Amino acid sequence: MSKINRRDFIRVTAGAGLVGGTLGFPGLLMAASPKVVVIGGGVGGCTAAKYLRKLDPKIEVTLIETKKAYTSCFMSNEVLSGDRTLESLTFDYEGLKRHGVNIVIDRVTAIDLAMKSVATESGESFNYDACVVSPGVDFKWDAIEGYDAEVAETIPHAWFAGPQTMTLRKQIESMPEGGKVIIVAPPNPYKCPPGPYERAAQIAMYCKHHKPRAKILILDPKDRFSKQGLFRQGWSKLYGFGTDDSMIEWVGAAGGGTVEELDPSTRTLQAEVEEFQADVINIIPPQKAGKVAFASDLVEGDWCPVDKLTFESTRHPNVFVLGDASSAAKMPKSAYAANSQAKVAAAAIVARFNGQDPGEPTFVNTCYSILGEAHGISVAAVYSLDREANTIMPIKGSGGLSPMDASEEQRKREVSYAHSWFKNVIDDMMG
Amino acid sequence: MSRERHIIILALLALLPITALAESPTAAALSYTCAGCHGTDGSSVGPSSPSIAGMDPEIFIDAMQDYKVDKRNATIMNRIAKAYSDEQIKGMAWYFAKQKLELLPQSTDTQLVELGTTLHDKYCEKCHEEGGRSGDTGTLAGQWMPYLDYAMEDFIAGRRDYPRKMKRKVDAAIKAEGEQAMPALIHYYGSQHNSAQKEASHE
Repeated sequence: MSKINRRDFIRVTAGAGLVGGTLGFPGLLMAASPKVVVIGGGVGGCTAAKYLRKLDPKIEVTLIETKKAYTSCFMSNEVLSGDRTLESLTFDYEGLKRHGVNIVIDRVTAIDLAMKSVATESGESFNYDACVVSPGVDFKWDAIEGYDAEVAETIPHAWFAGPQTMTLRKQIESMPEGGKVIIVAPPNPYKCPPGPYERAAQIAMYCKHHKPRAKILILDPKDRFSKQGLFRQGWSKLYGFGTDDSMIEWVGAAGGGTVEELDPSTRTLQAEVEEFQADVINIIPPQKAGKVAFASDLVEGDWCPVDKLTFESTRHPNVFVLGDASSAAKMPKSAYAANSQAKVAAAAIVARFNGQDPGEPTFVNTCYSILGEAHGISVAAVYSLDREANTIMPIKGSGGLSPMDASEEQRKREVSYAHSWFKNVIDDMMG
Repeated sequence: MSRERHIIILALLALLPITALAESPTAAALSYTCAGCHGTDGSSVGPSSPSIAGMDPEIFIDAMQDYKVDKRNATIMNRIAKAYSDEQIKGMAWYFAKQKLELLPQSTDTQLVELGTTLHDKYCEKCHEEGGRSGDTGTLAGQWMPYLDYAMEDFIAGRRDYPRKMKRKVDAAIKAEGEQAMPALIHYYGSQHNSAQKEASHE
């Protein structure tokens, strides 16, 4: 069996793979240093850039992002409780540069699909053999009358971490003792499904110590939400939820929670049944894929359809859409999901450059929420691909929520593991 | 068999996994999904989820199998471990065993480290050799201290089964030094990141 040496073996198998590969993707002949342009320096884009270089250092990777530094939205609710600064969520792109990624700070206008090039606002263009698009979400501003990007400067969404996170924090700090905060939750699907409910808890965490008579009301166009049982349990334990004196109140769709209009001058919300007035209002608008996805014809409806084997757009070849902007059912729009999808896409791109078929994909999502100093909860899922249905399915018998009957010690450990999750996701994507 | 035929058969065999075993992702692909909590290639940047790079494959397999059947106290790993077949767990075990363990320094209390050094030499060193470096009894040297703390709490509270002989040694250490014993040992192992890094990974 050993007459054949290793080099022959690789040559032959690679050749055999190449036949299959080029049959599958005709016309794809790679240069010595194939080029990948990554649009968007969030979790999906950064992870893809890093893992492309890790898997094949011959690939020239250029990442184009509008901001000089990345500020993570995940963990930004901790800024609202005062547990964390915005600076602690902000990271530069030096780590990716060390991995040999070319970082360009500019705004992409559109992808020229025919020319396989990406144009930017400053007039530059970048050719690609494969393009990774990970622009995150954009808002649908027409959903709530009276609310738009300009109003959001004073009545913040704070759904991208940044100046608006600080605006919201300052408004909560300066509201009167016994003040009222309203969080308007978005309809599905949106990024970070448990985010609005964790946000209520984080604001309550601050108020419990500094404004104990304050109230936080969530107006929700949905009747159910992520980790609902665990949130209700945690809110009850920590903030009196369910009692007359509860700090947190939740009104779902059936109770008239759908908000139709905002009067910014009086901070009054017109919901389906009644009006609500508050000292601080936080509106998280309905969402859709980021602008560049629309500008580049990658969208059907609000999101970008992809072949979930590779995350290649089903609308245009050689363009791979990751993270929140992609239509990746049944994965949620989360940091961990984007991180996981990026590795699948990176491996698929490398396989294609080498004339090979993509490997079987595997995905994980893990998402923590912190409700109090010592109260964390999580949801986890491991997924495989159902190719026929093009659906990413949770593997039966695995995953799920933190148990309802977990001990205090377990809840406390989940806070610590949530912080580990944060540090390791950041390090894995750009460290 | 001619050389050519030999090559062709091997080439066909190499292609087989794509069709015949299409259900399983590669060990590397499976292992990449762990990074969000355990760090790139298994070296966690903390503060509490443990590093699993350079881990003894048998220890990895035992841990995952125990999580799978809820035999080991967990917050989340029991839910995750249930997704993987025995073969996949084995694949990940070897993937992580081959990764270089990268450890970061942790702040430790000098007096506790000193006491921990004595306790380690007396009660632990026989199994956890060379300061608790990665080996067939797990990685203690340089491991994240909150994780070591959780592990010891679980052993002592009976939420995790002690390996052979370990209970006797832990009891003796606690009898000798009382409440100081576990923090001392944890600070000692937490201070050992340099010695642990010298170790070659499993090749």
